Amino acid sequence: MATAPEQLKNYQWPDAKGHFGRYGGIFVAETLMYPLEELNFAYQKYLADPQFLAELDQDLRDYVGRPSPLYFAERWTQELGGAKIYLKREDLNHTGAHKVNNTVGQALLAKRMGKKRVIAETGAGQHGVATATVAARLGLECVVYMGEVDVERQKLNVYRMSLLGAQVRPVSSGSKTLKDALNEALRDWVTNVDDTFYIIGTVAGPHPYPAMVRDFQSVIGREAKQQIISQAGRLPDALVACVGGGSNAIGLFYPFLEHEEVALYGVEAAGEGIDTGKHSAPLCAGQPGVLHGNRTYLMEDEDGQIIETHSISAGLDYPGVGPEHAWLKDTGRAQYASITDVEALEAFHSLTRIEGIMPALESSHALAYAMKLAPQMDKEQIMIVNVSGRGDKDIHTVAQREGLHL
Amino acid sequence: MSRIASTFKRLSGQGRKVLIPFLTAGDPEPEFTVPMMHQMVEAGADIIELGVPFSDPMADGPVIQRASERALHHRVSLRRVLSMVKQFRERDSLTPVVLMGYLNPIERMGYAEFVAAAQDAGVDGVLTVDMPPEEADEILPLLKKAEIDPIFLLAPTSTSERIKKVDAVGQGYLYYVSLKGVTGAGHLDLDDVKRKVEHIRALSTLPVGVGFGVKDAETAAKMAVIADAVVVGSVLVSQVEKNSGQPEQIAAAITTLLSEMRAAMDKAG
Repeated sequence: MATAPEQLKNYQWPDAKGHFGRYGGIFVAETLMYPLEELNFAYQKYLADPQFLAELDQDLRDYVGRPSPLYFAERWTQELGGAKIYLKREDLNHTGAHKVNNTVGQALLAKRMGKKRVIAETGAGQHGVATATVAARLGLECVVYMGEVDVERQKLNVYRMSLLGAQVRPVSSGSKTLKDALNEALRDWVTNVDDTFYIIGTVAGPHPYPAMVRDFQSVIGREAKQQIISQAGRLPDALVACVGGGSNAIGLFYPFLEHEEVALYGVEAAGEGIDTGKHSAPLCAGQPGVLHGNRTYLMEDEDGQIIETHSISAGLDYPGVGPEHAWLKDTGRAQYASITDVEALEAFHSLTRIEGIMPALESSHALAYAMKLAPQMDKEQIMIVNVSGRGDKDIHTVAQREGLHL
Repeated sequence: MSRIASTFKRLSGQGRKVLIPFLTAGDPEPEFTVPMMHQMVEAGADIIELGVPFSDPMADGPVIQRASERALHHRVSLRRVLSMVKQFRERDSLTPVVLMGYLNPIERMGYAEFVAAAQDAGVDGVLTVDMPPEEADEILPLLKKAEIDPIFLLAPTSTSERIKKVDAVGQGYLYYVSLKGVTGAGHLDLDDVKRKVEHIRALSTLPVGVGFGVKDAETAAKMAVIADAVVVGSVLVSQVEKNSGQPEQIAAAITTLLSEMRAAMDKAG
């Protein structure tokens, strides 16, 4: 862990006030200012504490099952007829997605800070499950906020959370999805700030969350870098990851930022198509604004009201995006594209049938973009795609979409 | 001297405390707001906080969330709220109006355009819940030039250092959020509020208003003894739902509550 900052010679964002260029920052009500200061102080302290880092490394190895494999998808590469495709298998982590990398870290921090209760927001339920899991392990009380719409489409994860001893509170305000769950979690935190640690699941929210979640997730990119060098003898030409809030993408990208020859592609959800307005692609089709504690690209109307988003994948169904992605977009260091529901489903089936790997619908967006990009690249070129989660949670959605009732 | 500062000065000279009711603009319908503002003044309001509806009111409890949703159902935008203030000013040039809301509608409009329009409409103060002083560098000089008071919150979690910082950049009054929680929450501890307000007074120069959790005349009177101003929001807004959207009944219920608070505060003060 301690070597991460050394890999980034010239890139030192965020600044002391939590800004990535003009993005990020701390846009919250006064009640949360001191708790955020306290959190930042604790985080900085433990980030430099060898004992904390050793405990984190041990948990990532023995509890999460890291390192996750980097797998050369040979059949899929042949099928697509272009760049060599390597898959970073975050789907093989304990709880089935990359989310646990971050919850393990934040829960250790919560324990160090003496907090007895953790709260979280969740969209697809993966972050909720990952939070409930570490809360069970550390004996912390756990409350997870989840939009009513998501509770309905992710029943399996709701039940998993309750088995783990977490209380899932359905949120019925606004659009009843991830953004509303975040609002409700913030309301809980402001009310119970003394004993509660808010485990945010993505690289959004007020400073220090975007930086902290990035740091915990960047284990993905650090491993991938070592693995590709040992397997292929060189750095990749391109990295591809899906972007909702953007934590798995930042986790993969961050250790490669200094290597300008590595192209970075973030893939947003185009839903039913960007033209239809029914999508979740703020970087591709939104504009900068302020929501949930930070300045970033948002989906909003002409009055600055946040608009409803759409995606087949609950984990991408969010009107904002991490502020560091906004910054990487503006600086041109990363490119952002979008993939429709239909294209994501095609990729889901393609990878399942050709490689025997069933990806989450979120990850299927990254895979669908890889299907477009790989054939345009040389056979000697190398691409790493982040399979951020496994697809078991989505089989009801896929079946329903295809007219089947399980 | 700003309209807000002179209001505090005038009331203080009379040995009375400032009563600040909150109303979500456009709730239950846009036509309701301006007449209601005038009635509030008649019932004893000294300053009016006008809520700008926002789709994601993170610091608000269910009552004000639903008020925002009702107003947004009528597509009440920041521009529309400003036009309401302008209309209010046609008949009232004395009562300060403070806009209370979230930053994104202002970001979308653009700081310069917003400040110019607010000045033109006759807005006296702007309280942006999710913009702490740390993020206000860009808008503060614009507000100052337009003689609009930036009003900031203080909370039970604010340290002495933060109190001084907020007092240094704020104008008009300091709004002390009397409890850890969202608007309309119900666990107010008056002794706690008293201690904290005394602490704030010792470190600051601006008048101190207290809000969040003032539900009736009795609490308002007790708060008036502690602070310079009492802000009352959710209990008024909840009248909209209690009177199932009947504008006349809502207005009557709100003015009755305000009159009771005014009387109790003047008696206690």
